[in-house]
Amino acid sequence: MSEASFKFEKANRSLMERLFEPPAVGKMSPAANAVAHLLLVLWSLFVLFPIYWVIITSFKDAAAVNLGPFYVPFVDFQPNLDAWRVQFNIEPNCDLPAIARQLGLLLYNTFVFIISPIIALQPMDPQICKIYHAFTNSIVVSIISTVVCVTIGAMAAYALARIQYKPKFGNIMIFVGLTLLVIAATSYARVPWWLSTAVGLALFFFLARAFGKHFKHTLGNGDILFWIISQRILPPIVVIIPVYIMFQSVGLLDTHLALIIMYAVANLPIVVWLMHDFFASLPIELEESAQLDGATRFAIFWDIVLPLTRPGLAATTLLTLILNWNEYLFAVFLAFANVQTMPIMVAAKNAGEKGIFWWEMSAIIVIMIVPVILMAILLQRFIARGVLLGAVKG
Amino acid sequence: MSRADDIDQPGSSPAGNSLEESWGEWFDRHSRTLFIAPAVTLILIFAIFPTFYSIVFALSRVRFTADGLQFRFVWFQNFYKQLFGNDQVHFLGKIETMGVFGTLFFAAVTAAVFWWLYRSLRIATWVGMIGRLISAAVAIFVAWIMGATLLSGNPIGTLLTTLFYVTIGCGLQFVIGTGLAFLCSQPISGKSFFRVVFFIPLMITPLGVGFAMRMVADSSKGPLLPLFGFLGIGDWIWSADAWSARFVMMICDSWQWIPFIFICMLAALENVPRDYVEAAQVDGASSAQIFRDIIWPQIIPVAVTVLLIRMIEAFKIVDLPNIMTGGGPGTSTESMTLHSMYIWRSNDMGTSAAVAYLLLILTVVVCASFFNYVVLGQLRKARA
Repeated sequence: MSEASFKFEKANRSLMERLFEPPAVGKMSPAANAVAHLLLVLWSLFVLFPIYWVIITSFKDAAAVNLGPFYVPFVDFQPNLDAWRVQFNIEPNCDLPAIARQLGLLLYNTFVFIISPIIALQPMDPQICKIYHAFTNSIVVSIISTVVCVTIGAMAAYALARIQYKPKFGNIMIFVGLTLLVIAATSYARVPWWLSTAVGLALFFFLARAFGKHFKHTLGNGDILFWIISQRILPPIVVIIPVYIMFQSVGLLDTHLALIIMYAVANLPIVVWLMHDFFASLPIELEESAQLDGATRFAIFWDIVLPLTRPGLAATTLLTLILNWNEYLFAVFLAFANVQTMPIMVAAKNAGEKGIFWWEMSAIIVIMIVPVILMAILLQRFIARGVLLGAVKG
Repeated sequence: MSRADDIDQPGSSPAGNSLEESWGEWFDRHSRTLFIAPAVTLILIFAIFPTFYSIVFALSRVRFTADGLQFRFVWFQNFYKQLFGNDQVHFLGKIETMGVFGTLFFAAVTAAVFWWLYRSLRIATWVGMIGRLISAAVAIFVAWIMGATLLSGNPIGTLLTTLFYVTIGCGLQFVIGTGLAFLCSQPISGKSFFRVVFFIPLMITPLGVGFAMRMVADSSKGPLLPLFGFLGIGDWIWSADAWSARFVMMICDSWQWIPFIFICMLAALENVPRDYVEAAQVDGASSAQIFRDIIWPQIIPVAVTVLLIRMIEAFKIVDLPNIMTGGGPGTSTESMTLHSMYIWRSNDMGTSAAVAYLLLILTVVVCASFFNYVVLGQLRKARA
C-alpha cells in the first residue's frame, strides 16, 4: 500500500472506524487508548490508595479515626500532629520545624554512630524519643551489612566470571561428612563446640591434602555459581533456629553484628547473581592488557572493573539496601531489646494489648517507608534502563 | 571448596617465603582464593552448616537446661507428629473419609502422574528418573491431602494454605502483572509515570504493607465501608471466615508483588522487535492474534524464569499473615513459616525445625520440578 492511498483511506473513514481502528501502524485506536488509560489509572489508584491512607491517618487524632472513615484532610477532618509529637517525645505545642529538626538530629546521630570507630564525634543533644533506637539500629545494620554484602558478593562474582575454579567433588564430600560428624558430636556427645570445630577443620585440611589428588571428578565455575544462587531457595526459617543457638553460644545474640552477618548472607545470592552478569558482559581485553602491564588482580578489580560496572554496582547496592531495611524474620529471632529494628518495633506495637493506636502506628509506618519509597524511585531509574534485568533474561 | 584450590597453585611454596615479600604480593599470590573465600566461608558457616544442624533439631527433643541445650534423639517423631499424629489437623488439615470429588480428583491426578512417569521412562536417565519419582511422590501426596481435606469439605492446614498462596497467588500476580506490562508497552502517553507508580509497592516494607492493608480492609472503621455498604455486605467481617481471610491475604500479597512481574515482563515486552508487530498489523492481524502468535513465543522464556523467582519468594511468606490476622481465624491464614515460628515461640525447637524442614523439602521439590520440566524446556525451545 503506498503512502498516498493510505492517507486517502484514512480521510474517508466513518466515525466507528475512527474510534476502533488505529490511525497508523504503531499507534492505538482512540477507543483502545481510552480503555488502556482507564485501566492504568484504576490500577494506580489501587496502588496509591493504601499509601495515601497511611499518610492521612498519621495526621488524624483518636476521634477522626474511630468515628468512621474520613477521607480528605481539611474537608472531612482537621489534621493535627499528635501522632508525630508522640513519636518524637517533644513538648505538645511543637510545630513542623521542630519535628524536622528532630529528624535531622536522628540522621546526624546515626552518622556519628557509624563513623565513631574512625572519627570520634559526640552525638548531639541525645534526646531519646520512641523511635530513636529502632531507626538508628535499622540504618546502622542495613548500611553496614549492605556494604559487607556487596563487597564480598562482587569479589566472588568477579572471581567466578574470570578465574577458573576446579573444586574436587571428593573434597566437598569429605567436608559434608565432617560437618555432620561435628554436629553430631556437639549435640549428642556434648563436646564443646569450639573443640569439635577445630578438630573437624584440622581433619578436613589433613584429609584434603592426603586424598585430594586422588579424586578425579571436579566441579566448575558454573556449579559454584549455581550453588551460591540456589541458596536463595533456602527458606530463612530453616537456618534461623540453629543460627540462634550458634549466636547464643558465642554471646552475640541481640547485637548489631549478628544482624549484619545474617542480612549479608541472606542477600549474597542476589548480589552474586546480578554482579556476575555485569562482570561477564565486560570485554576481557582491558583486563588482559592491564595484566600485561603488571597490575595485580586486586588492582585490576578495583581500578578497572569496578568503575566500568558502576551503574550495575549502584543498582545492586540500592536493591540490597532496600531488602535489608525491610528484613523481618531474622530480626524477630535475633534482636529483642538492644537492636530492635523498625519492622520489629512495628510488629511489637501491633501486638500490644491496649489495642492499636492507628494514628501512632501510621506515623511510624510513614517514617519506615518514606526512605524506601525514595530509594525505590531512585532504583526505578536503573531498572528502566534495563540495568538489573539482564540476569533474568539470560 | 575454595580451600581445594590452593593445592594446585603454580609456584606457591607454603614454607620458606622470603622475608621481604610484602602484603601486596602475598595478597596477589593468593588472590585466587581470597576473592571467593569470604563469600563461600560466610555461606558455609551461616547457611550450609545451619541447614545440616537443623536436621539434628528436627530429629530430637530439645530442652534448655542450666548447662546449655540438651538433645534427645527421637528419630522421626517430630515429623510423624505433623504428618500423622496430633498436629495433623494443624499442618495437613482435617483428614476424614474422602468425598466423591476428592476421590475422583485423587484418582485423576494419580493416573496422570503415572502416565507421565511411564512416558518419561524412555527419555530420562536414571538420575532424571529418581528426580521424577520424587516429584511424582510429592504430587500424589499433595493430591491426596487436597482430596481428603479441601475437596471433601474439611478445613485445610498450613501446608495447603502455603500452596494456595504460592499457586493461586503467583498465577493471579502473573496474569495481572503481564496484563499491565502489555498495556504499558503500548504507545500511550504517561508511560513513565505509571512505571514509577506501579513499581513502588514492591519495595515497601512487607510489614508496612501488612499494617496499611489491615487498616484499609478494617471492617469497623476502614475506608472501604461505604463500598461494602453499597454492595450490601456492610456487616461482613472478612477476617472471621477462613477463605475470605485467605483471599484478602493473597490480594494484599499480590498488591506487593505484581510490580515485580510487571517490571520484568515490561522489559521482556520492550525487547520484542517492533518490526514483527508492525508487519503483522499491516497484514491485518488482530491484537489478540499478535499477542498469541508473535509476542508470547518471544517472552515465554523470561516469563517462566520470572515465575520461578516469584515462586521461590512466595514460599517464604510470613510478614503479612503475621501482622494482618496473626494467622487467624484459628490457624487458617498461617503459612508454614509462621507455623514454625509460632511453635518456636512455645519453646518446642524440635517440632519447629521439623516443620521448617518440611517447608524446605516442599520448596525444593516444587521449585526444582518447575525449573526442570518447565523453565529448562522453554529455554531449550527458545534456543532451538
